[in-house]
Amino acid sequence: MCRLVAITSDEYFSPVENILALETMKEGHDGSGMGLILKGLGGEFEELKDYPILSGICSKEGINKLDSYMDKIGFRLKYAWTPKTRHVKGIEARDYYFARVYDYPDVYRDRSQEDKEALLLKTRITLRKLGQDDESIIVFSFYPDIITLKEVGDPLQLGTFFGLDKSPLRAKIIFAQGRQNTNYAINLYACHPFFIQGYGTMTNGENTAFIPIREFLSSRGFPGYIGYNSDSEVFCHILHYICRRLGYPLFYYKDVITPLNDAEINMRPDSEAVRFLKMSLRPLCIDGPNCVIGFTPDGTCFMVQDAKKLRPGVVGGVAGKYGLMSEECGLDSAIPERDKSKDIFPMKYDMVIVRPGAGEVEVWNQLHG
Amino acid sequence: MEPATRLDNNHELSLHDFPYIIRWRDDRCKRCGRCTAVCPMFAIEPAVMVQRVLRSEGSLPEPKAVRRVVTIIKQSTDIGKYCTGCATCSLVCPNDAIEPEYNPRHKFIFHKNKGGHPYRRGGRRNSPGLSTLDRLRFTRISMLTDPALDAGRHEFRIRTYLGRILPAEELPVKVVGGRLEVDRKSGKFIPPVREIYPVMIGSMSIGALSPNMWEGLAMGVTYLNEVEGMPVVMCSGEGGMPRRLLKSRFIKYFIPQIASGYFGWDEIVRAIPDMIEDPCAIEIKYGQGAKPGDGGLLMAHKVLKLIAEIRGVPMGVDLPSPPTHQTKYSIEEAVAKMIQSMYMAWGFRVPVYPKISGSRTAKAVLNNLVRNPYAAALSIDGDDGGTGAAYNVSMDSMGHPIASNLRECYLDLVAQGKQNELPLIAAGGAGKRGNLAANAAALFMLGASAVSIGKYIMQAAAGCFGDEYNRCNVCNLGRCPRGITTQDPRLYRRLDPDVVAERVVEVFKSLDVELRKIFAPMGRSTELPIGMSDGISADDPAIAERLKISYVC
Repeated sequence: MCRLVAITSDEYFSPVENILALETMKEGHDGSGMGLILKGLGGEFEELKDYPILSGICSKEGINKLDSYMDKIGFRLKYAWTPKTRHVKGIEARDYYFARVYDYPDVYRDRSQEDKEALLLKTRITLRKLGQDDESIIVFSFYPDIITLKEVGDPLQLGTFFGLDKSPLRAKIIFAQGRQNTNYAINLYACHPFFIQGYGTMTNGENTAFIPIREFLSSRGFPGYIGYNSDSEVFCHILHYICRRLGYPLFYYKDVITPLNDAEINMRPDSEAVRFLKMSLRPLCIDGPNCVIGFTPDGTCFMVQDAKKLRPGVVGGVAGKYGLMSEECGLDSAIPERDKSKDIFPMKYDMVIVRPGAGEVEVWNQLHG
Repeated sequence: MEPATRLDNNHELSLHDFPYIIRWRDDRCKRCGRCTAVCPMFAIEPAVMVQRVLRSEGSLPEPKAVRRVVTIIKQSTDIGKYCTGCATCSLVCPNDAIEPEYNPRHKFIFHKNKGGHPYRRGGRRNSPGLSTLDRLRFTRISMLTDPALDAGRHEFRIRTYLGRILPAEELPVKVVGGRLEVDRKSGKFIPPVREIYPVMIGSMSIGALSPNMWEGLAMGVTYLNEVEGMPVVMCSGEGGMPRRLLKSRFIKYFIPQIASGYFGWDEIVRAIPDMIEDPCAIEIKYGQGAKPGDGGLLMAHKVLKLIAEIRGVPMGVDLPSPPTHQTKYSIEEAVAKMIQSMYMAWGFRVPVYPKISGSRTAKAVLNNLVRNPYAAALSIDGDDGGTGAAYNVSMDSMGHPIASNLRECYLDLVAQGKQNELPLIAAGGAGKRGNLAANAAALFMLGASAVSIGKYIMQAAAGCFGDEYNRCNVCNLGRCPRGITTQDPRLYRRLDPDVVAERVVEVFKSLDVELRKIFAPMGRSTELPIGMSDGISADDPAIAERLKISYVC
């Protein structure tokens, strides 16, 4: 089962911390992929927070295609970051890994944030389609203050491969997943964490209700709800749908993916609305043994799980730095100084929330709302 | 030389032309006469026969031919008195001396049209083979990558919704103080929705069913709701409901049906001011899977006092329901106006949905309903459905199987993003071979929100003899040997409504366990796996391709 390491902090830290935590969970990932999302970027990106960053991988032909497309749209390259890759046995290096910062096309300079985000999404999808057949362009995210890195291989080796141990790359929120490939093909688009318009998630456990959820999302008429090379991508899109498209507060995500029964709903102060949600969003009930760790555009991180998750994830840390992880050994590696007796293992009704700045942990209880 | 008797029996039938041949054992029969007394078709009768036997009575063999007259049980070769194979004779025989045997080479259908009247019967399509539903298997079993659940201990919620469900974008909710609140000022119509058990008892009328059968079903349904906490609901069929039930608090477990004859609706409408609870829903019948495009007929001999009272008609007259609602000219009228009229009758508090026959035109109806914000569901009845009376040709040759019809409609809703807004109720053949749970679960995974059953519950709860070998199937004649589809008190007193109710409860409780035994290994427990098409596979590539599911071999 995939291993998950999310760390949120009030100070910048290196993704190596996530990778070392993943290393302690090594029996749970099989080298079929690692994904990293960095949010709240430091270092050279700190001054570029208003500009969208395109993260991805290109072949030599792909980068030309990408450049000509971005030129055509009017995006102007402001800054390009590439990892200083090293040869590592077993990792097949691709031509060009990048995080490129662009300035918006002139016509978009004074447009609303919503318009800008729609453009970023559309551009990412077009680039994805442009390079899909020959894998000449693979793009993971195109959004301000977000960098995504993904590659097939063992997390520790990938850390070395990307030179992260020597890189000044830092962020305040970093999500990492060590993938254990189950029933889907090894494909970089299947690698967590998934991201869409400021929302990101990573998950472990198989998604038993994948097909009805995919059909529901795909039929919402929203261009971003595509992909689904992994059954876990839907968790991210559900989050986006609930919070961004419908505008509901974050904790209703829990109500939608793991709905209460009727008697339980009656205990809620907002029972009438919750009952509507349960009916109207019935196909989004995940009904599977999943632990979801996610973040929202403001930098709030959370963990929820279905009652069928037999081995819950864990949240723990110290004021200013919290980890949300699939295994406790990862937390021991990342934040050894914490009081372990205060670790939280979210249960059936819990949503654990860590606000930006990682000051404290809140546990929202679904029964009481 | 002239024969002693004439041998030109050309226009008579032999027993080999009949679908069932009575096997009677002279040596076991004690001539009690019970078999001939119960035979609903008078297919057997006591008779006498001259036998020539050899006897030897002395100490030495001295055989003598003796002629004696013996009483026997004789099967009629009159086509009007054919043996239906119901085996009521076997049921009452104290010595196991008699039983009907199916004759696969019969030529019954060639002859059952005397007087130019085509063969009419009750029952279902005579097609004993595997249905498409029986060829589907549940193949996505949770193995190691996610845990299979314990069907006996895990919490399962096997429920569904009946009613039009608003898309989330149209919900009248707003965020106030970090929480969602229902916006009372929005003026938005919120359609009524019921949470029900996903297998419901389909429309069978009082009139088609005997009072004891209907009462037994109704008591069983009420017990399931009130005692077992299982919200099983039942549709009345056309022809109204007892006034006492209409005015009781139990009406909430029932779905009154309005059909093209509008029978019983005078009484229902008059009862509305006195009703203390709303019905679960209203079903508008436009078609029936067993006899699509055909009307209904309750024969005069079934229209006795109780039926006449409930339906608001004189006793002893034929009650035909036309094939269509004749006061309506178009789909706009028939569907939109009728649905709205029925909503109005209960102050827009009761879901109203149409039921149609399985048909290649089902998608057209569906798309009309999608655009009608009041349509609460669409019930599609496939050609394996049953009926109390129809022409044999309608039952055997007309209609559309439910599996592909349902799947097409569901995928059409998916393409429009409306799959959760308009629930599809599938009927017609669920549990045809007794495996109701498997058939129902397969229908859910093909896209049904609920499944409706008729024949299955008659067989399981009341021992209906009918099957796909044309056994019994005399529901239309009012001579049901089980007392299920008759208004003759001498017949229906054989059926104990308490036992029917008890069986209904047993059937649903066991169905619930079996559904868990299907859902648990597939890792599903919280919501009904509607449209979980990766969970099922077909053993035939053509079926798999048509239903857009995987093929396994």
